[in-house]
Amino acid sequence: MADALLPPEFSDLEPFAKTWCLASEPERYAKRLASTMEEMQAFYDAIFPRAEAAIAYLDTFPLHDLPDDARRLMHLLYSLIMVSFPIEIWKQPCIPDTGTASFELKIEPIP
Amino acid sequence: MQSPKPPKQYPKPPEGTWTEHYPELGTAPVSYESCISPEFYQLEREAIFKRAWLNVGRIEQLRRRGSFFTKNLAVASTSLIVVRGTDDKIRAFHNVCRHRGNKLVWTDHPGEETSGTCRQFACKYHGWRYELDGRLSYILQEGEFFGIDKADYGLVPVHCDVWKGFIFVNFAKEPKQTLTEFLGPMITAIDYPFEKLTERYYYRGDIRSNWKVFLDAFQEFYHPPILHGHQNPVMRGADYQEQGFYTMHFQAEGPHRVGSTSGGAGGQLVPEFYNPIERVMRSGLFGPWDVSEIVTGQLPPGLNPGNKKRWGLDSFQIFPNFAIVFWETGWYLTYHYWPTAHDRLLFEANAYFTPPRSVREHLAQQLGIATIKEYALQDCGTLEATQMGLESRAISAFPLGDQEFMCRHLNKVVDDWVRDYQRSRADG
Repeated sequence: MADALLPPEFSDLEPFAKTWCLASEPERYAKRLASTMEEMQAFYDAIFPRAEAAIAYLDTFPLHDLPDDARRLMHLLYSLIMVSFPIEIWKQPCIPDTGTASFELKIEPIP
Repeated sequence: MQSPKPPKQYPKPPEGTWTEHYPELGTAPVSYESCISPEFYQLEREAIFKRAWLNVGRIEQLRRRGSFFTKNLAVASTSLIVVRGTDDKIRAFHNVCRHRGNKLVWTDHPGEETSGTCRQFACKYHGWRYELDGRLSYILQEGEFFGIDKADYGLVPVHCDVWKGFIFVNFAKEPKQTLTEFLGPMITAIDYPFEKLTERYYYRGDIRSNWKVFLDAFQEFYHPPILHGHQNPVMRGADYQEQGFYTMHFQAEGPHRVGSTSGGAGGQLVPEFYNPIERVMRSGLFGPWDVSEIVTGQLPPGLNPGNKKRWGLDSFQIFPNFAIVFWETGWYLTYHYWPTAHDRLLFEANAYFTPPRSVREHLAQQLGIATIKEYALQDCGTLEATQMGLESRAISAFPLGDQEFMCRHLNKVVDDWVRDYQRSRADG
């Protein structure tokens, strides 16, 4: 695929790439809050079984010299981390009982 | 692989409790009027925040000569410029132009913080310029002013000193103690290789509670099985739900204190005690499972002050509003609680890791910091609820258990500092 975003080995995750390849935590957190549980469950079910293979693939590159498609695959794994909390723990997009409190991640070292 | 150990109780001092080991603390229920009174907050600003040494950052934020950052401190009604000079000395100044009081260094929004590198500071208003050491070096139309001597119009300095790379300021005209004296032997005994943990994540949040209500939540380990029981499969277990969790070791010295707990890192438990994501990423609340080189071999001096087996973390609480939490796998967190009103604070959390050498290590750190946010936001909702409860003034004194030793200690120290300030004012 000429317009593929991810490495060919992970073409099965391509349907999620446009939505979930998000480089920054604020973007991912906002996406999580704006998503339904069904949407996040579908993403989680697709990527979770592939996570180990994806990490092994990414570890064949230096962390600070990832090809673009590999970097996007890593961003997809960031999003797996983000949706794991609603899927595995809370059973809802937002953290229960958090009131009006919010945390902004102002500095994150992204390769 | 093992099942989690049931909650363990640890030996206490000869007096029978941690609290009674420090008789000045008493054991009576305590008042939280100090958390709901606007008048008390005004006293705290003068008595504590304008007299104690306050941590405002780390030297890694000032890597080069001319590197600076600004720090807004509502509690002192000021903004600071913290800068590395051409002589490599770290200095702090009030961020105010001597000419007409304009805030000197800011970008786009005067109320927001900024950072960068420069050779001198130039005021946006009339172009007065200051050297990195604060000296005024240029006045536009100097001849139009009346008998002005530039030497009299340098930036207003704030006392500034550095311990282990942590930059502290003190707003007192003459601080009663040097930074080293203020920190005391328990804190200065810490000889941790902070300079090696340069991978920094920084959270901040505007929270609707008194600063001490938040600080108290993060300085006791009595609440985790209940408040965080859903998120943590170990705490969810019947043992912890019924018996709670015990802190291993408490210690107080001067205005500072530390609590140490057992560990839980490293993936040593049978798999069902981890969330699925934790097993894949080899990380979780206790941070990455794979131990960083910081702690292979000897534990850095000053940590685990109770010399306990199965040690997992130290939560050092440096008065008034700064905490450093050291984790057994070789990373650390800092917390800062900056009051902005009697019922509001700016909360800052920084996580510091060794630079990851691979995607796998990077992802383990990512899960660690994501987990912190999930936990901390749960705490925050409860903090708002506590603030509301206290503000009802339906109750005037609250019982604190021995596991809440550190809360009682802070309460006492705050009270002592405010009384001392009031006495010194009365004495004129």
